[in-house]
Amino acid sequence: MTSQVPLHEGLFTWPATKPQLLGSRCSQCAEAAFPAQPDCRSCGSRDTTIVELGDHGTLWTWTIQTFLPKHPYLSGETADTFRPYGVGYVEMPGGVRVEARLKPNSPDQLKIGMPMQLDIIPFCTDENGDQRMTFAFSAVAEV
Amino acid sequence: MDVAIIGIGLHRFGRSPDMSGMQQGASAVRAALADAGLAWKDMQFAYGGSQDGGNADALVNELGLTGLQFTNIWNGCATGGSSLHAAYTAIKSGEYDMGVVVGFDKHPRGAFNPQPKEWGLDEWYGETGLMLTTQFFALKTQRYMYDHGITEDALIRVSEKAFNNGSITPTAWRQQALSYEEIASSTMVSDPLRKYMFCSPAEGGAALIVCNADKAHQYCSNPLFIKAAAVRTRHYGSFEVFSPSQAMTVADAPTVTASKAAFELAGIGPEDVDVIQLQDTDSGTEIMHMAENGFCEHGEQEKLLREGATQIDGRMPVNTDGGCLANGEPVGASGLRQIYEVCVQLRGEGGARQVANNPKVGYTHVYGAPGISGVNIITK
Repeated sequence: MTSQVPLHEGLFTWPATKPQLLGSRCSQCAEAAFPAQPDCRSCGSRDTTIVELGDHGTLWTWTIQTFLPKHPYLSGETADTFRPYGVGYVEMPGGVRVEARLKPNSPDQLKIGMPMQLDIIPFCTDENGDQRMTFAFSAVAEV
Repeated sequence: MDVAIIGIGLHRFGRSPDMSGMQQGASAVRAALADAGLAWKDMQFAYGGSQDGGNADALVNELGLTGLQFTNIWNGCATGGSSLHAAYTAIKSGEYDMGVVVGFDKHPRGAFNPQPKEWGLDEWYGETGLMLTTQFFALKTQRYMYDHGITEDALIRVSEKAFNNGSITPTAWRQQALSYEEIASSTMVSDPLRKYMFCSPAEGGAALIVCNADKAHQYCSNPLFIKAAAVRTRHYGSFEVFSPSQAMTVADAPTVTASKAAFELAGIGPEDVDVIQLQDTDSGTEIMHMAENGFCEHGEQEKLLREGATQIDGRMPVNTDGGCLANGEPVGASGLRQIYEVCVQLRGEGGARQVANNPKVGYTHVYGAPGISGVNIITK
């Protein structure tokens, strides 16, 4: 049976009803980082703890990847099956801008300052037939 | 003690299918030696680097096993700037009088494919398609345009200038001028950057002969002088390539600090510079680098480009040989190509692309992954 596993451990809480991105926060200077790391990039302290960065944010900048990346890109697509994807930095409530894949993939769907919602999505299928899950952001649906 | 440049050499950028990267480096060294009227055996030291062309110190197999000190330098796109900085300090320290700086490369076609582990990052970052230099430059340009009111017109004008300058530079790879419309309608690669707004990985070699300035006139009637060489890395908060996250507050780029340090060392300001080379990985970065290097205010570029200020006959000529856009990017060699071009201009040997009125002060700037910048100031 196909199961779903994270592409990499420790990036987000999952499975969960409301998955959260995970990062680290420095106990000395309060700066946050993604992914979590034991050393603080701001002050060099090793006094950091893993924290939830949130599940939504604001789009800070964006672009669209229109060609198939070379190795180590792992989506399993070929140049013929490749689907362009959005890439952006999203400002998280946890106090850091996180680079992520974006579900919207055309310029008319993307605008700096728009609200974004975290999604945990199937990215590729590995040799065991398992779906490898990664994080991405989608536009917040208008109410 | 001052440091002089007494010889310059270039192996033409682009594609040399019959030559290895190493051979292109050796070709550049031979050209620089010939320019200086010196022989390889006269060289006391060498600094060199390459990303994909092999270890620079293996050049001795081509040039001669003379026993000189040869140190390999690898610092991303700033490799050339870092090699020159090392040579500059070697002479300034008084340890050596004369040596070579060389850079060369030979990259496969298509975008670079950096490996996360070599940059201290986990595999998932590359596996999920977030680790492309083209993406980063697009992301940074997109935000910069939003913050400073730059439009696509400015991006197009940078490329138009680059390919026009390339068309009158005999050593450039891209020799074909492109019209505004051709650039504006070229394929969108990574919004807001189009096909003709990006440089391509390429091949080539560049070399310089550097010398204690007190002895330069023994070898050369027209030595040039390195007034400043500065290399700086990123600060916490500066928006750099290969960053899975960024701080909420954007700090100055390493270019800003390298540039300030270089101007301070040289004792001059941006207004004193006659000919400029800025890292133009893409047209967006040339625009950002104009301000980061102190040549204008953020946002002023739109108007300056419309006025033609950065063209060869403008008041601040930028990338007179077409820059990376027209010459391609052989990573190890690019920084030294910039110095080569500035030297050509200061010597008055630019031919059709010569900046008028006898330029006396040249400025070069490289930027590379993962956030490193090298600036040089060269004078008559």
